Amino acid sequence: MSVPILKQGDYLIASIQSALTDTEVLHLRDELASHVGRHRSRGIVIDVAALDVIDSFVARSLREIALTARLRGAETVIVGIQPDVAVAMVQFELNLDPLHTALDLEEGLTVLRRAFEERKTVGV
Amino acid sequence: MALSDSALKRPEIDGRLLSELVDYLRHVSTDLREEWVRRIAEAQLLGVMTPEEVFTEATAVYDNYVDALETGSVETLQAYARDLSERLIRRGIETHEVLGIVLLLRDVLARSLFEQYKSDSELLNRILDAYEPAANRIAVTVGVSFVEERERVIREQQAAIRELSTPVLQVRDRLVILPIIGMLDSQRARQLTEQLLHAIQTNRAKVVVIDITGVASIDVTVANHLVQTVKASRLMGASAIITGLSSGIAQTLVDLGVDLSMMRTVGDLQGGLEEAERLLGYKVIQSSEQHTVEDDD
Repeated sequence: MSVPILKQGDYLIASIQSALTDTEVLHLRDELASHVGRHRSRGIVIDVAALDVIDSFVARSLREIALTARLRGAETVIVGIQPDVAVAMVQFELNLDPLHTALDLEEGLTVLRRAFEERKTVGV
Repeated sequence: MALSDSALKRPEIDGRLLSELVDYLRHVSTDLREEWVRRIAEAQLLGVMTPEEVFTEATAVYDNYVDALETGSVETLQAYARDLSERLIRRGIETHEVLGIVLLLRDVLARSLFEQYKSDSELLNRILDAYEPAANRIAVTVGVSFVEERERVIREQQAAIRELSTPVLQVRDRLVILPIIGMLDSQRARQLTEQLLHAIQTNRAKVVVIDITGVASIDVTVANHLVQTVKASRLMGASAIITGLSSGIAQTLVDLGVDLSMMRTVGDLQGGLEEAERLLGYKVIQSSEQHTVEDDD
């Protein structure tokens, strides 16, 4: 099942609905990269609230998405990590740095807005 | 198990002897019970109970004890021992007292058997062969029942303490504090993490202040757990501030080499709340001018 990517103003929203296979993760990565270019988006929100597990492959792919998007001018924020998932990720030392994380979609959009303002004020 | 096995080897002899033994013990029960109660008082055991209570319990234990000798089944006695333990534990009876009184009873009965059969050493030997394994088994049963019961009470109390001791409090919109009081072991630390993360979700918290003023000491496992808690909160979009690190704990953490570089720590809870308000963009302003005296130092 592929992940729908919605465009909302300057931002892209990808809401993962169910556990993804490795191919689907890679597909999502490519899709997002091309969407950022096409829509000249400034931010990406990836909602993982439906995921019970985030393994090392998914974590690495999320970081790659963020790094790729950053190169193309968009910040990425991961939202909706469940408590159990957060504990497991920390225990397995899965690192999402330098990604932004936020509680939910609404928070994620706020984080993006703020990150973008900071960029503007620093003059990047 | 080994005890009951040896009893099973010669069932026909033991069976006959045991029933003779039991009849005898029933026959002299009043004397032996009194003797036992006297010895208990002498040894200053069961100090928290009145003499009447000791006598009542002694009667019940004695009857149960002899029943257990007769049937070889310790289940009734076990149930009684559990029930008795439950009542006594709340009054502060110690393990050595329980084992002490059971061994005293064993001793009283053995002496009385010596007295009764001393003329026939052959018979006495066989009586003791039948009596000793069963009596040992009873002593073990009572001791174990008491300890198990006590462990159960301890477990219950631990659970109750755990329930009570980790409140997550919302102090402002998007700001929760987690005061930790008492000893932190890794189980409690884990439970704490879980509760905090769920609170972040339900309260939509952006900042959490974890106050450990009430924690006396910390070890490396717990320190790492604290670091993990902070990281996990981060993943859920909340920043954590640790406050109230005592100088002792701070020293320990440095000595242990726990990496705290990604932890935001502030000296006390007040400082932590101020930092949290700053992060959330709150500004606390005193409403009346006349109280703006410097009272910071």
